[in-house]
Amino acid sequence: MTAQTIAQTVVPALGEIPDFQVGDRVRTAVRFPVGHYRLPTYLRGKTGVVERVIPTMGVDNEEEGYGRNAGSKGHYYRIAIPMTEIWAEYKGQATDGLRIEVFETWLERI
Amino acid sequence: MHVENHDHDEPGHDHHHDHGHSDPHEEISITELPGYYDMLETAVRELLVERKLFGADEIRRQIEVLDSRTPALGAKVVARAWVDGEFRKRLLEDGRKGCEELGISFYDDTQLIVLENTPEVHNLIVCTLCSCYPRPVLGLPPDWYKLKPYRARAVYEPRAVLEEFGTHIPDDVEIVVSDSTAMVRYLVLPMRPAGTEGLSEEELAALVTRDAMIGVIPVEYQERAA
Repeated sequence: MTAQTIAQTVVPALGEIPDFQVGDRVRTAVRFPVGHYRLPTYLRGKTGVVERVIPTMGVDNEEEGYGRNAGSKGHYYRIAIPMTEIWAEYKGQATDGLRIEVFETWLERI
Repeated sequence: MHVENHDHDEPGHDHHHDHGHSDPHEEISITELPGYYDMLETAVRELLVERKLFGADEIRRQIEVLDSRTPALGAKVVARAWVDGEFRKRLLEDGRKGCEELGISFYDDTQLIVLENTPEVHNLIVCTLCSCYPRPVLGLPPDWYKLKPYRARAVYEPRAVLEEFGTHIPDDVEIVVSDSTAMVRYLVLPMRPAGTEGLSEEELAALVTRDAMIGVIPVEYQERAA
C-alpha cells in the first residue's frame, strides 16, 4: 500500500488503530445497562470471531442516544458467532451463523 | 400514525350512496386517539420548530426524501452487480460507495455491507432491537420486518422462517443471519437466476424484489416459451 510508504512518519491518534483484527477471538461483555443499548441481550457473553473491521470509525450509538457524541468515535466490528453458541438447541446446521456489528466497548479478547 | 385509508375506489362504482348501499364510503379520517408516543412526537416536534432548531419545511422535505427511496433502487444495484464484475467487486468491498456510484445517497449516515448469496451461503437480514433497514436503497421496511415474530425468530430458527416464506435452503448451505443494530445496514445480493444470460440490465432489475434483497426468497425467473 502506498499509504504506508508515504505516511510512515504519521503518528495515529489514540484509538485510531483498531484494537481487534480479522480472525481475533472475542467475547461480548455481560452487563445490563438501562436505557439505550445496541448489543441485544441474547448476544451478551457470547464467543465469536472478528470477521471484518468496519472501515469507518463511528460514534458510539449508545452515547449518541443521549446526545453525547464528542470524542466518542470508535471502531465497530462485524462479529461471527455460530448459532449453536447462541442457542443450545438450535435447529439447523452446525455451520449456520449469526453476524452482528458490535462497538468496541462491548468486546473483550479471549 | 393511525390514518385510516380505505381504498374503496372500485372501477365502475359511481359513489351514489342513496340506494341502500350496505357499505357506504368511509371518509378518510384519523379515528384513533393519539397514543403516548404520538403525543410525545408532536410535542417534541412543535417545540423544536418553535425554538427554530429546524423548520416545518425541513420535516416535509425529509419525508419526501424517504418517500423517494423504493426497492427499485436496490434492484438497480443488484442488476448492475450481476452484469458488471468490477462494480460487483467494489460493491462488496464497500456497499455504500458502490451505491453512491449509482447516485444513491446515504442521507442517514449509515454504512452498507452488501452480502452475496452463493451456492454455499444464504444471507438473511433482520434487526432484533428495532427496525434498522437499508432505507437509502430500499425505502421503508415491510410491516412484518418490524414486528416481533420475525425479529425474534429470524435469529432463532431462520430455516423455519424461510420455509414459511416458501424458501427451502438445503442442509449443505450455510445460513448467515445479519442482525443490524447500530450504524451498519445490510443488503442481500441474491444469486442471478439461471436462464437470464440474454436479459438486459433493465430486464434483470425487474426480476429483483424487495424480499429477495432482505434474503427471505431467491430471485426467480420463468423462461417464457419461445
